[in-house]
Amino acid sequence: MTLLLSMREIDKRFAGVPALASASLEVEPGEVHALIGQNGAGKSTMIKILTGYYAKDAGEILFDGTPVEFSSPQEAQRSGISTIYQEINLVPYRSVTENICLGRERRRFGLLDWSAMHAEAQALLSRFNIHIDVRRSLMTYPTAIQQMVAIARAIGFEAKLVIMDEPTSSLDEKEVEVLFDVIRQLKAAGVSVIFVSHKLDELYAVCDRVTVMRDGRTVRVARMSELSKLDLVTAMLGRELSRVLHDEGAHHAQAASREALLTVEHLAVGRRVRDVSFDIRPGEIVGLAGLLGSGRTETARVVFGADRAEAGRVAFGDIAEPAAEPAEAIRAGMGFCSEDRKFEGIIPDMSVRENLTLALMPQLARRGVVDEARSREIVDRFIQRLGIRCAGPEQPIRELSGGNQQKVLLARWLCMNPRLLILDEPTRGIDVGAKAEILSLVRELAGQGLGVLMISSELEEVVEAASRIFVLRDGRSVAELDGDEVSEEAVMAAMAHGHEPVQEGADG
Amino acid sequence: MGRLDTARLVRAIGRYGVLLALVVLILFGWLRYENFLGSYNVLSVLRYNSMFALVALGMCFVIITGGIDLSVGSTAALGSVVAALLSPYGVLPGLLGGLAAGFAVGAINAFVIIRLNILPFIATLATMLAASGCALLLANNQSVSVSYESGFTELGQGDFLGFPIPAWIGLVAYLAGSLVLNLTAFGRTVLAVGGNEDATRLMGLPTTRVKAAVYILSGALAGLAGVILAAQFGAGQPIEGVGWELFAIASVVVGGTLLTGGVGSVGSTLAGVLLLGLIFNILNFENGLGWISLSAYWQSVIRGALLLVVVAIQARLVARSDDVHA
Repeated sequence: MTLLLSMREIDKRFAGVPALASASLEVEPGEVHALIGQNGAGKSTMIKILTGYYAKDAGEILFDGTPVEFSSPQEAQRSGISTIYQEINLVPYRSVTENICLGRERRRFGLLDWSAMHAEAQALLSRFNIHIDVRRSLMTYPTAIQQMVAIARAIGFEAKLVIMDEPTSSLDEKEVEVLFDVIRQLKAAGVSVIFVSHKLDELYAVCDRVTVMRDGRTVRVARMSELSKLDLVTAMLGRELSRVLHDEGAHHAQAASREALLTVEHLAVGRRVRDVSFDIRPGEIVGLAGLLGSGRTETARVVFGADRAEAGRVAFGDIAEPAAEPAEAIRAGMGFCSEDRKFEGIIPDMSVRENLTLALMPQLARRGVVDEARSREIVDRFIQRLGIRCAGPEQPIRELSGGNQQKVLLARWLCMNPRLLILDEPTRGIDVGAKAEILSLVRELAGQGLGVLMISSELEEVVEAASRIFVLRDGRSVAELDGDEVSEEAVMAAMAHGHEPVQEGADG
Repeated sequence: MGRLDTARLVRAIGRYGVLLALVVLILFGWLRYENFLGSYNVLSVLRYNSMFALVALGMCFVIITGGIDLSVGSTAALGSVVAALLSPYGVLPGLLGGLAAGFAVGAINAFVIIRLNILPFIATLATMLAASGCALLLANNQSVSVSYESGFTELGQGDFLGFPIPAWIGLVAYLAGSLVLNLTAFGRTVLAVGGNEDATRLMGLPTTRVKAAVYILSGALAGLAGVILAAQFGAGQPIEGVGWELFAIASVVVGGTLLTGGVGSVGSTLAGVLLLGLIFNILNFENGLGWISLSAYWQSVIRGALLLVVVAIQARLVARSDDVHA
C-alpha cells in the first residue's frame, strides 16, 4: 500500500541541541496511528515539523506521494493536514459557526453566506451527535463541546490527515466514546488520524498501529494488536518497568485516626456544586470521582478558598467556615495542586527554586527580606527527595518536563508541612514513569499522616490510590465507597445511577 | 550542557544588551566630542534625567506585574504644581506635598484597577486626564513660581558631595528598588504576580495588596519627579510631563523588561533611561560640532527607531529561547 505520509530521517536541533535525530513516522491511508513517547521524546517537535511550525534540519517528508515542506500550519492545512491541539485554539467570543468556517467562509455575491455556513456547521456537528445553537458564541459552551467544535473545524477543511494531540484530556468517558466514533467514521471515509495520547487504554481502543519515540528517535513501530501494554511502556521508557503496572493491589492500611481532618457538609456554589458532603481523616487518601462537569474541581476550589461558597460548612482545624482566601486555608495547613498546571500552577519564567519556595516565602522572610540560604537548603532537599530532574535549582521551570514540573508543585506544598493536600488531576499529561513516582510519593506521605483529597479523570488511578471514594453527580455527592466496595465498576455505577452500586444488574 | 549554555547566552543578551549599548554609546561620545565626559556634561545629564529615572522606576514595577501606568506624566506635572505651591513653607512641605499628590493618584489608580476591575490601560488613561486637569486648575493655567527663600530649589539645583541632589535621590531610589525587587518577599511577589497571577493567588500570596502597592509606588515616584521638576526649573509646570509615560515605558522596555510581565530588572531600567537620555545629549553635541544641524525633534525620531529595534530584537530572543525548550 502506498503511504499517505512518510517522514524519514528527520533531524532537528534547537540552538545546537538535538531534539530529533533521524526520527521517522509513516502513516497509511485510512489508519489511526498512535504516536507515543514520554514528555520530551520528540512527539510534538515531529508534529510541528510536519505542520510547518518548525523547519527541519534534515530528512524528507512525503505526503500523498510528493515531497513537501510546509512553511506554515495554514499551508499544511490547505494541503489536507489538520491539527487539533490539546489546548483549544479557537476564538471564544465568536459564534460556533464562525469558528468552524473561519478561513474558508462561504460567499455569495461577494458577501458572506451566513445561512449556508450555519447549515454546514450544524451538519458537521451532527456527525458527532451534537445539536447546539451554532449562532451562539463558543465560550458559552463547555470545554468538551469546544473540543468537538475544534474537531469539526479540522474535518471541515477536507483533511486527508487529522492530527489529534491529546484530544481526550478534557473529555469525560462518554465524550471520549463519541470522539472514538468520529475517529472511526473518519477512518471509514479514508481519512488517516495521528493520535497522540498518554492513556494506553485509549490507544488500544482506537488505534491500528503505533510509533513509539524516545529521546528524539523512533524506537518502535508495530501493530497495536501485536504489542502488549508492558511492551509498549518498556519501549517508551527504555527500561524494565514492570513494577509500574504490577505494583497494584496492595491495600492501604486503614487510617489510624478516626477523627475527621476535614469535614465538608452541604456545600453549594453556583450551578456546578449543589450539595456536596464528604470528610477526610488524617493519613487517608480520599478520592473525589465524577464525570466532567460533576463539580469535582469546583468543590476543591471552594474548600481551598479559591472561590466563595454560597452555602454549607467546611470544618478544617481552626476553620469552621469555608475559607475566604487561599491564604487562609494555607495558614490552616492546606495545599492545593490545581488541575491546570500551566495557568494556575507554575510561574514559567521563574526558576525551580522560586517556584518551589514562593508559597513558603512569607515564612522565609525576616522583616520582608527573604532568607536565601534557607530557601536553597529546602530546595536542595526536595529536589533530592522527590527525584526532580533538572539542571539545577536555578533552571527556569518551563524547561522541565510536565512530570518534573508537577513534582516541583508538589514540593511547593510539601515544604510547608501541610496536613491536607488537594490534588486535582495530579498526573494529567505526565508520562507513565513520573506518574508512578508521584502516586507512590502520595501514598508514602499519607502513610506519614497527611490527608489527601485526590481528583482524577482516570478512574483506574483513583481506585488504585484511594481508600475511600466519594462520587459526585451533577454537583451532588451521591455515594461513598469504602474499603472493599472500592472498584472501578462501583464508581462507574454510582456516576451513572447516582446511588450505591447496583448489584444484580437491577436498575433504580 | 550545550542546550543550557545557549539558553543562558540568549538570556544574557536580553539582560545585558542594554548595558553593552550604553557602553558603546559612551565610548562613541568620548572619542568624538571633547567635553563629553567632562564633569559639567556628565552632571547635567544626570541632573536632568533623574526625573525620568524616578518615573521609569515606578513604571518598571508596574510593568513587571503585567500592568501599565499612563498617568505618570500628568502626575509629575501635578506634583510639581503642588510642590511649588507649598514651597514657601519650606523644603519639607514642598517635598511631602508633591509626594502626597503622586501617592493620591496612585491610590486612585489602585482602587479603580483592583476594586472596580478596570483594565490598567483605561484606568490610568482616565487618571492621566484627570490629574492633568487638576494640575491646570491648581496652577490657574500658568506655571507657578517656587519660593527661592525657603531653599526648596536645592532639591533640583543643589549639589551634595559634588554630585547633583536629584541624581542622589535617583541613585538611592534605584538601589532601594533593586534590593526590594530581588531580596524581599514583596519583590518576589511582584515578579510572581506578573508571571502568573492565578497561580500566585492560589499560593496564598497577597496579590491584590502587591498590585495596589506598585501603582501607589509609581504614583509617589512620579510625584517625587514632579518635586524635582519644580525645584530644577524654579516653577511648578502644569503642562510639563506630556509624553513622560511613553519615555518611561520605552526605558523600561529597552532595559529588557517584558511588557507581558513577570520578567524585569531595575538596573537595566536605569541603563535604559541613561541610553535614551544620552541620545539627546549626543544630538546636542553633534549640533555643536556644526557638521549637521538637527532640531530637537530628531531625538524623538531616533528614540522611536531605537525602541523599535530593541523590541524587535527582544521578540526574536524570546522566540528563540522558547524554541530551546520546545
